[in-house]
Amino acid sequence: MFEDLRDLYQEVIFDHNRNPRNFRVIDHPDRKVEGFNPLCGDRLTLYLKMDGGTIQDASFQGSGCAISTASVSLMTEIIKGKTEAEAEALFKTFHDMTTGKGEDIQLEAVGKLAVLAGVREYPARVKCATLAWHTLDAALKNETQAISTE
Amino acid sequence: MTNFPVQQIRADFPILAEKIRNKPLVYLDNAASCQKPNAVIDAISNFYRHDYANIHRGVHTLSVRATDKFEAAREKVKTFINAASSKEIIFVRGATEAVNLVAQTYGKANIQAGDEIIITAMEHHSNIVPWQMLCEQTGAVLKVAPMNVQGELLYPEFEALLNDKTRLVAVVHMSNALGTINPVKKMIDLAHSKGIPVMLDGAQAIPHMAVDVQALDCDFYVFSGHKLYGPSGIGVLYGKQALLEAMPPYQGGGDMIRTVTFEKSTYAGLPHKFEAGTPNIADVVGLGAAIDYLNNFGMDAIADYEAELLAYATEQAEQIKGLTIIGTAAEKGGILSFTLDHIHPHDIGTMLDSLGIAIRAGHHCAMPVMDFYGVPATARASFAMYNTMEEVDVLMGGIKGLIEAFG
Repeated sequence: MFEDLRDLYQEVIFDHNRNPRNFRVIDHPDRKVEGFNPLCGDRLTLYLKMDGGTIQDASFQGSGCAISTASVSLMTEIIKGKTEAEAEALFKTFHDMTTGKGEDIQLEAVGKLAVLAGVREYPARVKCATLAWHTLDAALKNETQAISTE
Repeated sequence: MTNFPVQQIRADFPILAEKIRNKPLVYLDNAASCQKPNAVIDAISNFYRHDYANIHRGVHTLSVRATDKFEAAREKVKTFINAASSKEIIFVRGATEAVNLVAQTYGKANIQAGDEIIITAMEHHSNIVPWQMLCEQTGAVLKVAPMNVQGELLYPEFEALLNDKTRLVAVVHMSNALGTINPVKKMIDLAHSKGIPVMLDGAQAIPHMAVDVQALDCDFYVFSGHKLYGPSGIGVLYGKQALLEAMPPYQGGGDMIRTVTFEKSTYAGLPHKFEAGTPNIADVVGLGAAIDYLNNFGMDAIADYEAELLAYATEQAEQIKGLTIIGTAAEKGGILSFTLDHIHPHDIGTMLDSLGIAIRAGHHCAMPVMDFYGVPATARASFAMYNTMEEVDVLMGGIKGLIEAFG
């Protein structure tokens, strides 16, 4: 019935939506930032535990659509163990991939995140995928203000 | 089933023949905006082709012709809502501008620090924010009449809010997020018994039922053309003549003046006092054409047909496990807001779109309503006179399919 959506709603996305990874609070986090998409009401709180310049642990709480939940779930998995600079670089690559700017992006460079590449065909849903990463960007810049996609 | 000529009506709306993602369009986002019949599209393009000039200005033939068509549309609106005079029909950009106009003219002239304005818990942002702005400017206080979990106004609580500090009741006639139709006649009579004027936000109600402003006895009634099968960018403020005459102008400029010197200007009479500058002439003509078109069928027949659509959709939706209808008022217009367990409204919206079905997913510009129900958003199917029972079936099939896909 939904053949046209196979690129957008891949099984990995359904899986992360059903069973989000790192869906918990980190006690005494080094960074804690809220992200909000006022257009759809998606809200998440991202927690980071830092070890020097490296992300030791990442987790989140909140509610959103399958795309945003899968995106933040995948993100918390992939950024663990990355340095701040590596995470920022990943954010840029991910952003280019989802907004269609990076036609030449090697999907291997983003690993599992490649499952979210399909949103580029759905402009109304790009912010669902990028909310988590904008929130991470704010956290890495040590901002404590809630961020909004609008 | 009534003999409502839905297939004839569908043939009048060219966009309904569009394919979306290779599927026939099922347009169920009518509460956001309605599609336009050929009668409206042609009226606008013919007006630009044959009759267009600025109005109320020149003596030349086209200006006279354009003015006649523009003012004829005002007469059509007057008759459509049964206003006492066409002087009571003010053309604005939409319902939102009309509410802002009332707040910034009537409100500023009559509402002071400590005064109270009453709205309800089910208002659209356009009937909340203009009053909050007025309250910030004046020190007045906004009071909110609560609703129950069905989305019905709690009438005794509304009654208890009215007191000698209340200066205005501004209430939605039909809720865009829930479909609730408020008992406005009773509310108006009660407010008037205490000397309080009432403004109705009719943006949702106007395309779905006959509205008679004199029978209602409302003091102001606002609506948008685009939800009435007319063009976007045009709307109407109805106000009782005596109130409008006492109000200061909204914007200054051409067309709203009688005389201008550098020392002082005097203002034009109604309705022009509130229509500064060159108005949206062609879309006023288009709105007139929409009203003519609706009069072919009659608002009562439209209301009856849409009630059948809603009843059928509600009955079907209630069969779906995991579906919760948001807004179950006894008095309700053609809006089916719902949530599905564990499936976000935006996912519902995208998945239905892939089947050619257009619904709204989001907060419907009614964030306080979402907060009341403890949801970030809902999915909303909203019906118009051109929708069919078969389209309801397509919607329900899509919902069942996506529940299965999500597992």
